[in-house]
Parts: sequence; C-alpha cells; structure tokens
Amino acid sequence: MIAFLIKRLFHALLVMFVISIIAFAIQDNLGDPIQQMVGQSVPESEREALREELGLNDSYLTQYLRFAGNAARFDFGYSYIFNQPTTEVIARHLPATLELVAASTFLIIALSIPIGVYSAIKPRAWLTRFFMSVSIVGISIPVFLTAIVLIQLFAIGVSWAPFPADTGWGAWLNDVVSTEGGMPAYGRGDPVPVFGTWETNFASLDGLTYLVLPAISLASIMLPLFIRLIRAEMLEVLQSEYVKFARAKGISMRRVYFLHALKNTMLPVITVGGVQIGTLVAYTILTERVFQWPGMGLMFLDAIQRSDIPLIVTYLMIVGLIFVITNTLVDLIYGLVNPTVKLTGKPA
Amino acid sequence: MTVIRMPRVRKTLLATTIAATVAGGGLLASTAQADTTLRMAYDADPVSLDIHEQLSGGIMQLSHLLFDPLVRWDQSLNIEPRLASDWEQVDDTTMHMTLRDDVTFHSGNAFTARDVVWTIDRLKRSSDFKAIFDPIESASVVDEHTVEINTVKPYPLLLNLATYIFPMDSEFYSGEAKDGDPKDEIVKNGNSWASTHVSGTGPYTVTERQQGVRTEFARNADYWDEASPGNVDKLVLTPISENATRVAALLSGDVDFIAPVPPNDLERVRESDDAKLVTMSGTRIIMLHMNQKRVEAFEDPRVRKAFAYAINQEGIADRLMKGFATPAAQMSPEGYVGHVDSLNPRYDVAKAKELMEEAGYADGFEISMMAPNNRYVNDAQISQAVAAMLARINVDVDLKTLPKAQYWGEFDDRAADMMLIGWHADTEDSANFHEYLTACPDADTGAGQYNAGNYCNPELDKLVADANEEIDLEKRAEMLQQVEQTLYDEAAFVPLHWQDLAWASAQNAEIEPVLNVMNFPYLGDLVVNDDAE
Repeated sequence: MIAFLIKRLFHALLVMFVISIIAFAIQDNLGDPIQQMVGQSVPESEREALREELGLNDSYLTQYLRFAGNAARFDFGYSYIFNQPTTEVIARHLPATLELVAASTFLIIALSIPIGVYSAIKPRAWLTRFFMSVSIVGISIPVFLTAIVLIQLFAIGVSWAPFPADTGWGAWLNDVVSTEGGMPAYGRGDPVPVFGTWETNFASLDGLTYLVLPAISLASIMLPLFIRLIRAEMLEVLQSEYVKFARAKGISMRRVYFLHALKNTMLPVITVGGVQIGTLVAYTILTERVFQWPGMGLMFLDAIQRSDIPLIVTYLMIVGLIFVITNTLVDLIYGLVNPTVKLTGKPA
Repeated sequence: MTVIRMPRVRKTLLATTIAATVAGGGLLASTAQADTTLRMAYDADPVSLDIHEQLSGGIMQLSHLLFDPLVRWDQSLNIEPRLASDWEQVDDTTMHMTLRDDVTFHSGNAFTARDVVWTIDRLKRSSDFKAIFDPIESASVVDEHTVEINTVKPYPLLLNLATYIFPMDSEFYSGEAKDGDPKDEIVKNGNSWASTHVSGTGPYTVTERQQGVRTEFARNADYWDEASPGNVDKLVLTPISENATRVAALLSGDVDFIAPVPPNDLERVRESDDAKLVTMSGTRIIMLHMNQKRVEAFEDPRVRKAFAYAINQEGIADRLMKGFATPAAQMSPEGYVGHVDSLNPRYDVAKAKELMEEAGYADGFEISMMAPNNRYVNDAQISQAVAAMLARINVDVDLKTLPKAQYWGEFDDRAADMMLIGWHADTEDSANFHEYLTACPDADTGAGQYNAGNYCNPELDKLVADANEEIDLEKRAEMLQQVEQTLYDEAAFVPLHWQDLAWASAQNAEIEPVLNVMNFPYLGDLVVNDDAE
C-alpha cells in the first residue's frame, strides 16, 4: 500500500515535470504579455525595459531553470494580471470550481444510477426508450449550447403562444410551453464565507439557486454517458451465472438487483467515473465562461487572453495534479470494492 | 425586480440638498429615503486600482468613478470644468489653472494645488502616460488653489491633456508601505501599495474588490459636486466576458447596465420591453495598412487608390456590422478638428480596375493579409470581406486571422503586406492619428510606431509638428484638415469605418445623459428612477 502511494507520488512529479516543460515550450506562442500590460501609445523603449525586468529576454533554459528552482520551493511566481502569487490566485478560484464539480457529480450519481438500473431491468418500457433517446440528444449537444439554452429558458424566460390564447385549452398549452425565467443568469451571487478564501454556495437556498443551472449544464455532458454505461454493465451482469443462480434460489428480485448485480456493475463505472471527474474539471472552462462562474476555468481563459504565462503554467500543473490524485483515489477505491485487485502487483 | 432597495436614514439630508439644487427636483423626492443600487456588467474589469498603471479604457472608466479630472469632455466634445474651475493662458507656454476650494479627498485631506503638481509628476513617471505627458515641462504651485503648468513648446492641446489629470491625494500616497516600498510606486507586475489602496475626490469609493469577480462602490457622501443629479448609492461591477451571458444577465434583470452590447444582440435588446439600447457613432477608426516596404506595387499611389476604390466601406458597415459602424474615408471622426466633411468613401470597382491597369497590374498580384479575430467587433469577418472585394481587382489575398494576444507580436514584426488595426486617439485629437499611424516610422522618436504601411511623407510630418505648436485653434484645424485631405488623395491607407459604441440598461436608468463617445460613462451623474413596483 505504502509502496503504491510512493510510486504514485513519483508519477505525479513526473507528470508535473512534463507539463511544466510543455507549458514553458509553448509560451512563445501564447503572445507577448507586455502587449497586454501596457497601453497602445507606450514607446518600444519602455516595453523593452519592462521585458528585461520580467526576465523575458533570458534564454529558454535560464527561464525554465529559474522557474523550476522556485517551483521546487512551491513558489510558482507572480501572476501578471492579478499581481499576486499564482498559487494564491488559484487557491481563491479553486473552491468555486470544486463546488461546481461536486454539485454536478452529485447530480450525475443521483440520476444515472436509478435511470441506468431501471432501463436495464425494463429494457422495453417506454420510459426506457425515452431516457435513451434523450441521452443521445444530450450527448451530442455541446455544453456551450446547453448552457445558453438553459439561460434563455430559465433565467430570461420565453413566452410562446403557438395556440389560440382566447380558448381555455390554448391558454393552458401556451403556459405549458412558456417559461417564467427568474433563475440567476450568471455568477455565484453572495456565497457564504467558510474560512480563508473558501466561500460556499451550499450554505443557503439562495446560494443553491445560483448553482443549479451551471451544475445542470456541466452534468449534461457526463450524465448520458453514465446512464448508458451503467445500463450496459447492468445488462451484462444480469445475464451472468450467479445472478441466474440467485434468482433460482428464490432471493427477492430487489435484493438480486440492488445488492448483487449493482455492486458488480459499479466496478467499471468507478474506473471511468474517476477519470471523468478529472475531465469534468476541464469542462468547467466552458461552463464557467458562459455562466461567468468565478472559478479556475474562467481564470484560465482570462490568463490565456492576457498571456499571463506564470498563471497558465501553474494552472496546468495543478490540473495535472488533480488528475493524478483522482486516479490514485480510484485505484484505492477499486481495491476496496473488489478485494481481488492487488495494487502493487505483488501478493498482499 | 431590477433595483434592490434597503431603507437607510442617513441619506435624507444629502438627497434634500441635491433636490434643492436640481431644477427637476421632483424626480428625486421618491428616492430620498431609499438606497439605490446599480448592478453593472462590463466585458472586463480594471486591472488595478492604481490609475497610472495602465492607459486603457477600463482604467479611464475607473478613474471617472473614484477620481475627478481637472476638466472633462461633454457629450459634444466641448471642455467642461471639473476640479479646475477656470484657466488662463498666461503666455505661449504657460497656463494657470484655478482649482475648486471646496473639495476634499476620500481620506479627508483637503484638495490643493500641491496634489495636482504631485499627480502630474507621477504621470510623467508612468510608463503608459509619460509619452502623452511629454509636452508638459513642469507644474508648480502658485498658491493654495492655483497651479501653473509649463509646456516645452507652445502646446494647443493642454486642455485635452488635462482630461487625463485626475488629482491623487498626495498626502495619502506619500511615505512607505509596510514592506518598505514607497506608497506611490508604479509597478506593472507586482503588488504595489497604490494598486490596492485608493483615495481620490470622485463620486464613489471602493468598498469591496475581488479582481475578476466583482467590485463594489459606495457613493461618496461628501462629494463636492452638489449639482450632480446622480442618485445611485451603490454600484456593483461584475465583469462578464461572454457576450451572450452579458446580454442574458440584462434581459433577465440580474444586472441593470451593460457595455458593450455585441452587434448580434442589438436587435434583441432593442426589442425587449425591459431594456433599452443606446448607440453612438464611435471614434475608433478601423483601417488597413498597405506595406510599401514589403510590396513594391504599394509604392505606386495608383495601386493604393485602386485598393481604396475596390473596398466597399458602406457595404461592410451595413451588412457585416449591421449598421453598427460609420463608414469612413479618413481617420478623424466627426467632431475632431481635423475632420473633413467632404471626404466620402469612394467605392467604384470599374475605377479601381482602370487604375490597376494604368499602373500595369491589370492581372493583379498576390499579397498576404493579417487581422486579429477577437480584438475589434467582427474583425475577422471584416478582413474576409475585404479579401473577397480585392479578388474583384484580381488581387489574390492570403488571409490569416489571429487572437489578439498573438496578433500584436506579428504586427510589431510587420509580418504581412496588409494589416488591420483599430485606433482611438488618446488625446481626442486628429494629430494623434497621424503621429502613430501614418507618420514616417522612426524607432528613436517613436513616430509612426503603428505605421505598418511604411507610408512616409515628410511634408505631412512637418505640418503636424507645426500644428502641434499652433495656438490659434482655427489655423490649427485647417492644417490638420489638410493632412487628412493629402492622406486621402494619396490613399496612404484604406480606412474602413468608425466602430460604433453601444450600451444597454434597464428602463429606469437614465443612461443617455451620462454616456459619451470616449466610452467613459460619467456614472457619478447617473439617475436611476424609482420603478413602480
């Protein structure tokens, strides 16, 4: 177990080392940070002085070694746009992103398991067909569009009147296809401070209303995937010998489905899920931009637009770290769910 | 619900004073006992609270909230007194400005001539402002409320410059911060004291700031300008960079005021019952340079003219920009001294072909073109349209569009034969266009820094230099108009249009009187009516 964690630590360091090299290598193509810092009429001599001061004139290797030396002491430099250490900037934006990811993960788990199991148990029910076709649509609509449609429907509201409004049934149908609006369209509202830079949206009902639309649109990418995954796995497990045997033994169907079958269904789901949570962090970039959600993704886009190289590099390294950590956790959980899996490859 | 109100008692006195001084006092009666909040969303938020750190639209908008300039432009581009109540040209290079004596800073310090001198000295140290403050030799205190400004040479644009002088609280910014650095240090990429602490004379103070997330402002209860009709007690600024979300936030009533409004959503905002749209012809010229150093053909004025004839400015403004632009044939927009009324876009393909043939290029040639794709409104589409139009005179365009972060590096390298640029004159004056965009490039003096066409006409440079020392404003205007005329006749560049400006707000915010072509809304004077809830 300890050997496994140490091995993973080396993995993490290696991943971050590679990311830092790649991020540094592309920085020349990220644009000139000086251009973003100064006004249009600043003469070249001033720009040159600033470039020198920031050390942008040094060779690639010198710049990298300076960065790596500082990074080893957990000093990733100063963000050009925020004028603060990049780690502080990211620490301030991280809670918003984690809360959004947590809310989406909750939605995904709470919806995908019952729907997936239901559609596996009753593959021919009309409700199953409905879920399957909706999930096809969901998987093929980009998150950007989902978000904008959600804003239009539930924040601004639409009033359609395709039916004659002067008849009772027409007015009723018009009401059905029209939406009120009124949900917040952007931002986090007034989150409640917990400690330090961490503010939460989970503490109040008002805070939760801000979370609903972004969480739904973020979940919309992964939800169909998980419903289909759980359904497929469950269908397979239901065909297996031990399920047939359990049924033959006369165990109640509920017990068979939810205790024996579901447990084995979840094995591959956990593997995929762990990796996908990392991906979810990456997808927050789009969701956060549309909803102006003040998390890491929005900050990262800002950093790219203004060529804030230290912040870009730190962000990439921290996201890399998150990927390594979630993967390690998945492997550990896997061991718990299925004790036959050995982490180190040696006999336990 | 568009405006949040909470009862507060303290405001009553101030509101009564304002009501007494404003002619239409009746409209204020209803708001006397309530707090009025304006929630606004811009596409970006100011990079710092130090107003000398960067010369940009965002910083100027912030300056007008937290500070007051000595003088400012009104809606028809006339100079309006602010902290300077009067001024007098003593001789060719000296001006005396009389300051208001009833002004205090947010810190409580009294505003005096010393603060103005201190601010001008600091401006001359700022990397972004020093270039435009070069003409000022020095400033000195005459008495408590009179300041003397000396220019190196006779300088007719001193009042234009004074719109950039937002006096800072010299006492507040003097001394050393905790880390031993001077408090007035201007740092581009560091955590300077002045970038997080602020004391001005303006209508608002900052009460909370989370960079990139939100900034809150509260009305300065002791604001000197009692004639200001402004009745907004609290401003909340949220940057929303995504165009669709910014519009959605306004339409859903989450914010009360947005800028800019993207051209694609103009109709949607205009048709909405809850929101109103205000547009104005802007002053930012969008143009294309034709690089004579890279393409021999561009040295021939007939070829340059052919290009000018081939491009349909009105078509671009009408169809591509959906009327959200004013077609241009020169750099100076209407209202600028150098603007020549008689210059119109000269779209005529037959004439263009004729000129190309005359110059010996009937079969055309190949050129490269570069444009940014996220800097100006529809910049990439505009360059595509231009490329298509040039194809009609047999010019084959290899077009490349880039994000602005990459584009300006290429622009500095003059990496293509034609490059697109938009320019707003910081001094709101015609000479500025020529100095940066069409003057003979000279790396030492910085002249023609953005002249990607390498067009060079020393006579025009001389004319502009003379104009900049000409105190007789009428004569000066004639000289600058002659510059525009010559540039037009020689087709020094291809002007496209002036990009319009657009703002939108909730119905109860009277934004029209506080907006202007510089895009510095004077929010201190904004009136928000009580909506009948």
